[in-house]
Amino acid sequence: MVTRARARPSAVARSRVTPFLFLLPAFAVYAAFALYPLGRAAQFSLFEWRGFGPSTFVGLDNYVDLAEDAAFRAAIGNALVLILFYAVIPLVVGLVLAAVLRRGQVRGMGVFRTVIFLPQVIALVVVAVAWRQIYSPVGPLNGLLDAVGLGALARGWLGDPGTALIAVGVIGTWIEMGLVMLLMLSGMSRIPQELFEAARLDGAGPVKEFFAIILPAVRGEITVALVLTIIAALKTFDLVYMTTSGGPGNSTTVPSYEVYFRAFDLREVGSASAVAIVLTVLIFAINVGVTRIGERES
Amino acid sequence: MERRHFLGTTAALGGLGLLAACAPGSDSGGDASAPAAEEVETDIASLGDVTLKVWDQEVRGAQNDAIEALIEAFQKEYPNVTVDRQSQSFDDLQQQTGLALSGNDVPDVLQVNNARGDMGAYVADSLLTDLTGYAEAYGWTDRFAASVLSKMMYSADGVTFGEGALYGLPQTGEICGIYYSQKKLDDLGLEAPTTWDEVFALVEAAQEEGEQPIVLGNLDQWPALHVFGPLQANFVPSEEIVTLGMGNAGADWTSQENLDALAKLAEWGTSGAMGDSPNGLAYDDAWPLYTKGTGVLLIGGSWLAPDMEAVMGEDLRFMAPPPGADGKVATTGGTGIPFSIPAAAENKDVAAAYIDFLTSDEAMQLIADNGGMPVNRTAELAPDKGVNKDVYEAFDAVSTEGTLLPYLDYATPSFADTAGAALQEVIGGQADAEAAAATLQEGYAEFTEGS
Repeated sequence: MVTRARARPSAVARSRVTPFLFLLPAFAVYAAFALYPLGRAAQFSLFEWRGFGPSTFVGLDNYVDLAEDAAFRAAIGNALVLILFYAVIPLVVGLVLAAVLRRGQVRGMGVFRTVIFLPQVIALVVVAVAWRQIYSPVGPLNGLLDAVGLGALARGWLGDPGTALIAVGVIGTWIEMGLVMLLMLSGMSRIPQELFEAARLDGAGPVKEFFAIILPAVRGEITVALVLTIIAALKTFDLVYMTTSGGPGNSTTVPSYEVYFRAFDLREVGSASAVAIVLTVLIFAINVGVTRIGERES
Repeated sequence: MERRHFLGTTAALGGLGLLAACAPGSDSGGDASAPAAEEVETDIASLGDVTLKVWDQEVRGAQNDAIEALIEAFQKEYPNVTVDRQSQSFDDLQQQTGLALSGNDVPDVLQVNNARGDMGAYVADSLLTDLTGYAEAYGWTDRFAASVLSKMMYSADGVTFGEGALYGLPQTGEICGIYYSQKKLDDLGLEAPTTWDEVFALVEAAQEEGEQPIVLGNLDQWPALHVFGPLQANFVPSEEIVTLGMGNAGADWTSQENLDALAKLAEWGTSGAMGDSPNGLAYDDAWPLYTKGTGVLLIGGSWLAPDMEAVMGEDLRFMAPPPGADGKVATTGGTGIPFSIPAAAENKDVAAAYIDFLTSDEAMQLIADNGGMPVNRTAELAPDKGVNKDVYEAFDAVSTEGTLLPYLDYATPSFADTAGAALQEVIGGQADAEAAAATLQEGYAEFTEGS
């Protein structure tokens, strides 16, 4: 048998350009459908344009106007409140639910999992229409309150500026809870059973177990869950569009709704693009923050 | 190093792309020169084979039936014309109209919403054909009432709404008025009101009897405009409302009359006369409630009549609001979405003939037969009984003897939002009449003084 020295890679394979050739197809798609539209949006944000006809270059005026725009500031404020309902509450509830489901080994676990995850699967428009009925002044929520003697609390939940945003937020919690729970469950399933046995031998109760073993083990999943749900909170549109159209007043308007409203109703494409760019930067910044914290602690 | 190089290339490519992309939009307006009456070719049969591209939004049952029947009749009359019709929902059509009109491949006939944000903007950009010459050639000014036609008129620069050149023609009409349940009125021992004072008294009487006087679902923000419009006419001279509603300069939302009107709405809203939470109830949930026996009155658009009649039968009645501030009937109303001809349309003469056909006397008959409300000949075509008889008579009275007030959200491109939010706050008690009037005036003044 003749041993041969391994052949040197061909000139093509050795070239420094080669790795990029492999990236090219994916990059081309990404550039065409993500980078180019983003670039165009950034460009539009520097113009005053109605979506047709001539446009005027206005520099950063659209951004300057946003700083004084009450509707825009309300939208950002509401989006931050929604993070509480879309991300923080589902995280807490989802963690606890997952821990309980993992421990319990209940029969029909699959059914529970499916039921809690179901809201994620239903089209958001359907969710919104259903909840609009629930919140209606003559809807089941007020009916329930009346039935248990709390009729004084009954109101048009989506029509009262004090409750509308919370009402929308609760829908968000209901939707995101299932996703967070599923992520946590999958994280917990990776924890070796021995760890729990050891902890139990050392006399740890369920609470101690939760904080000492589960929480550190699912830190990665928590970061992923937060990133996903915060993005969902900041770019929420369907729910607001279908339930309140941003009302009453500006009390439930969100940045994505402002983008739509400005571009298609007001025909201020420049201003709409500026809101979209600010929203993109905001989502990016918050999520860089979340990931940094997640990575540092682990 | 390599990574940086790659990123550098990416950035450079992206930057190049940005530079290469031209500024959004273009200056190319269409050919807006309007033909004079004598240049209009009305002999369509002599034009050879023509395919007429039509985009409309008449997708609902009865409207669709009427249009299809009309197209068939039109093609029978002119065998050389083939109508290529695309229909889609109002929202879809509205959102792509701007793009479509500024492109090269435009339809010959297109339904364009006559609000400032739509038709007004297109007129300013010379994207629609001035129909004045056609109107003369076909005698449209005799066919339509002046207060109806004015809803499709703009000055050539798009600044003045309500006068100037004609840019479209509607097929159907609509008005906001007062629905009442005859049985509820009988139970309360009351007659249908003939003055606004009687309306106010009726509201109070119903409330004392434990009935909800008025049903309103205002979660969607705009329904309150259809209540406030008729109500405003009781306090404010109709000429001023027209000026405000069309967004022309010279009126004032903070006048005492407007304050009185807003105060009355606030009173109704906060006293529970419109239910516990009108702002929390959706429009499309409110009228079914009414048909099931909640409330005595419902103030709203004539388009609700067929659906509500299906449940309530002869119990449901409709009336134009009582005479307003100038002693004449005035109420919010208007027309269906008008048919226009894009400036770049290829077959303008055939397009005009098509629009003429759609608005002819026979077409009005056909629309009435299909359950719609034709914009012309309303009185003669009125059915013998049922709520549509009331609706036809009310529309006829308002469009011929009274004043058809524009929808208040025509005023400025953003007024639907401004007024919707302001009225919601008035009804919910979050803002008083003065504060709401100031908000409305700000939106109105910013627009009229800015243009």
